[in-house]
Parts: sequence; C-alpha cells; structure tokens
Amino acid sequence: MSALSIQQVSRTFVNPRGGQTQALLPVDFEVRENDFVTILGPSGCGKSTLLRIVAGLDAPTSGRVLLDGEPVTGPGADRGMVFQSYTLFPWLTIEQNVRFGLRERGMSVAEQRERSDFFIARVGLRGFEHHYPKQLSGGMQQRTAIARALANDPKILLLDEPFGALDNQTRVLMQELLLGIWESARKTVLFVTHDIDEAIFMANRVAVFSARPGRIKTEIAVDFAHPRHYTIKTSPEFSALKARLTEEIRAEAMASAEH
Amino acid sequence: MTQPLHADSLRAVAPDSPAPARTMPAAPRARRTHPWLTPLTPVAPRTRWVLGLGFFVLFFAVWGAVTLGGLVPPTFLADPMTMAREAWLLFTEYGFLGDIGMTVWRVLGGFVLAAVLAVPLGILMGAYKAAEAFFEPFVSFCRYLPASAFIPLLILWAGIGETQKLLVIFIGSFFQIVLMVAVTVGGARRDLVEAAYTLGANSAGIVKRVLIPGAAPGIAEILRLVLGWAWTYVIVAELIGSSSGIGHMITDSQALLNTGQIIFGIIVIGCIGLVSDLLFKLANQRLFPWSTIQ
Repeated sequence: MSALSIQQVSRTFVNPRGGQTQALLPVDFEVRENDFVTILGPSGCGKSTLLRIVAGLDAPTSGRVLLDGEPVTGPGADRGMVFQSYTLFPWLTIEQNVRFGLRERGMSVAEQRERSDFFIARVGLRGFEHHYPKQLSGGMQQRTAIARALANDPKILLLDEPFGALDNQTRVLMQELLLGIWESARKTVLFVTHDIDEAIFMANRVAVFSARPGRIKTEIAVDFAHPRHYTIKTSPEFSALKARLTEEIRAEAMASAEH
Repeated sequence: MTQPLHADSLRAVAPDSPAPARTMPAAPRARRTHPWLTPLTPVAPRTRWVLGLGFFVLFFAVWGAVTLGGLVPPTFLADPMTMAREAWLLFTEYGFLGDIGMTVWRVLGGFVLAAVLAVPLGILMGAYKAAEAFFEPFVSFCRYLPASAFIPLLILWAGIGETQKLLVIFIGSFFQIVLMVAVTVGGARRDLVEAAYTLGANSAGIVKRVLIPGAAPGIAEILRLVLGWAWTYVIVAELIGSSSGIGHMITDSQALLNTGQIIFGIIVIGCIGLVSDLLFKLANQRLFPWSTIQ
C-alpha cells in the first residue's frame, strides 16, 4: 500500500511583476509504506517545492497529495520535516527542542522526557541535552533536528537536503546514521538531495528530477541489501548506478544552465 | 558567555571532555602595527576599563583647567570644586534625594505603563498582518508627534500633577515601543515558524512558543533603549509646571545662575541612566543566556 500519493501536483509561481514561473509540471508519484525514496535533481529544479507541498508548507497550483488516503491541506505533525537550514529553536536546549512537538500535542512531561531521552540517545547526543543549539556543531544540530522530527512519530519523514551544509566527512557519517535509524525503525522517508552518492547509498528508489520546470524524469530501483555498509560505495554495482545517474543529472544540469 | 564548541562525532562525548576553545581569528597583519591600530582587534578587559575611565579623567581635567584657569568666567560655567560643594548643599540643605526619587518614580511609572500596553500591541501587530495594517499607519504618525509639544495640552487636561508627567513619558515611549516591537516580532525567522508548523504547532502555539521567545531578547533591548529616551522626556516635563524633581531643581538653579547645581543635576541623570542601562544589560544576560552565545 502506498503511504504517500502525489497526484498531478503542479506549482506555478506568480512573479511580483505579473509574469509566471512554472516550477513544477504535473507530477504523479507514489511512496510505499516504510520505503526510503530519494528525489535527485539539479539545484532549482523544483524538487524542494514538491517536498514543501507534501509538508503542507506550500499549496499546489493543481493536483493533490494524499497521506494514507487523507488529502494534505496544511502542515501537520504527521509529516516530520528536516530542513537544510539549521531550524532548531535557539532559545531551547537540545532536550527542549526534541520535546517541542510533544509539548504542542499536550503529552505529559514524563512521557516527553522518556521519548526525548530515547531519540537523543538514538542520534548519539546523550550528554548534550542541556546545551543550546549554538553550542553544537552543524552536524550535531541536524542530528537534533532528526531526533526532533522522529520524536513526534510522524507517518512520513521529509528531508530537504538536510546534510547539504555539512562538510563531506560529517555528511557521510550522517547518511550512515540516518540509514541505520531507517533500517531499525522502517519509517517512510522522502529525501531530497542533489548528491548522487547520497541518493543511491540510502534509497531503495531514486526519482530523478528534470531541470525546471520540474518533473520526474526516471525512477531507478536500488537493490542493495540492508543493512548497508559504507563499503558498498566502492562496489562495481554502485559505480554502475552512479555512472547512469551522473549521465541523467548532467543532461538536466546542462539544460538548466542554458536557461 | 562563550561555550566551548565540541568536535562533531557520531558517538556521544561527555560534555566535560576537553574540546578546542573557540577563539577570535586573529586579524592578518602584514606589517607590525600596534594592536590598537589594527581594525577589529579586541583589547584586554583591563585595558578597556583603563581607557574608559581615562576619558572621564581627561574630561574633568579639561573642565577644571578651563574654569579654574580663568578661561571661562564662573557665571557661565562653575568649576568642578564649586560643583562638588553645590552638590553637597543640594543633598544636605535642599532635599535633593527627594527630587531624585520623584524623577525616578515618574520615569519608571510612565515607562512601565507604556511598556505594559505597548509590548502586547506590538506583538499583536508583528504576528498578525491585519492588526498591523489597522494600527501601523496611525502609530507611525503618532511616533513623530513630539512628546514635549503635548505638555501644554496635558497641563490643560490633567493639571500640573503627577498624571501630566506620567502622560508625557507615556506618549514619548508608547508609540516607539509598539513600532519597534512589531518590527522585531515580524522579523521572526520564517524557517523556524515553518519547522514549528511541521511539528504540529497551531497559530497560538506559533505566537506563544516561537514568535515571543524568539523576539524576547530584542524586545528587552528595545525597552532598554526607550527607557533612555524616557529620561529626556521626564526632565522636559519637569522643566514646566513642576515643584519637585531633578528638572525642577535645574529650572530653579537657572533663575539663580547656579551653574554648579545645573551641571550636577545633569551628571546625576547621566549616572542614573548608566546604572539602569547596566542593570538592564545584566538582566537580559540572565534572562536570555542563549542569545549571547557566540
């Protein structure tokens, strides 16, 4: 059964001076329950716009998004989101940040504590509960953001280039962490990225976006067994997939550069 | 408050484990110049104190030199010694402490009244754009009305009692606070608001638990700033139709050409302003430790 169903979703932005920009051509896309899907595309292709529509932070010009058969009308706790920018509340400690959504829901403090303790430990931040976000590195902040989204127990986890601002070594470790969490918890995940390695390493399926106006150009299944070890990145199968996706993306990047 | 930054790793590190301290990157120096002449290079805390105090010393020295040296006749400017004598007389003979108390009470009364009403209105305007569209043009207009120009009207309406003094300060502070708070709240980071929405917050939750805490240090800073302005309004209010307060003492001394007392009055205002500023800063640091983390 598909958890997320994107049906004929398009988005056109009206410019301040009256013109129109089509960011997204009508997109049809399904994400099965407990699947890990990455959306790969060049920057400015509309992939983030699609994710924001799924999150309910933006409204589609046409079409609709269904989550477990229910239409999405606005943002909600059932779709957890991790942003590229550091969106921890700077006035709250790490623990208070992780508890934010639980508190909004009116959960008892004891239960909030229990959940936040679990997820803080899960992302390896035990001992940093009472630090403020600014006292932590970018990677640690994004790990907290993941814990904050997971603590809410969303039906689907949406990630918008969450590791885009991190250095390469940290990014690789973060990918392994997120993949490990997925392998043990099997959340439905929709992950937007422009990094080909990242897209292949974590996903069961990669959807390649075209240049703007965006649409899904191809979908490629990634059949590596779980749990995945980072060494698969040097396997011939991985290289073959990477070569294929590189060609796909290159064509789109060149198309968008011509605009 | 600078906290050490911990190196990123996937394993939890004990918070007290040694971590590289974060230091200000040193400015590149092509030629050997004195650190005081290198832009943005910080000076040691002790040096800062010495330099800051140094200006006061210089100020009094120049003042003493021009008055005691006879460059300026005493009718126009009293020398520091005369001022000190006059200050002593003010406290012992003329009950100047009562005047100071009166002025402080007026400033605080009018300012607190303005803040209590202006901060919620500013938050409302910052958070809800319809409220902003409704109030903003009028408040912007009122902001430019000089509080001191209202004094004759206020005397007519409220007499020369305390109500009139409080109203002057209220008018001078209220509209400024409203507008600045509205801008600060309205400038909230949109990505934080969006993050809160995806965590299940509703509109009330966004205002109470994202906009207000995010803007709180800014609001405290606005109040600190406006309190400084309120001090100038109170003196103006006391110059006209008043029988007590620092401003009244200054007007009285003017009639007697007692420049020593006038200068001492001004210095007292400066000192109180400095102290209240310091208290505000300390309170802000205590209340919002997160906002001062580098």
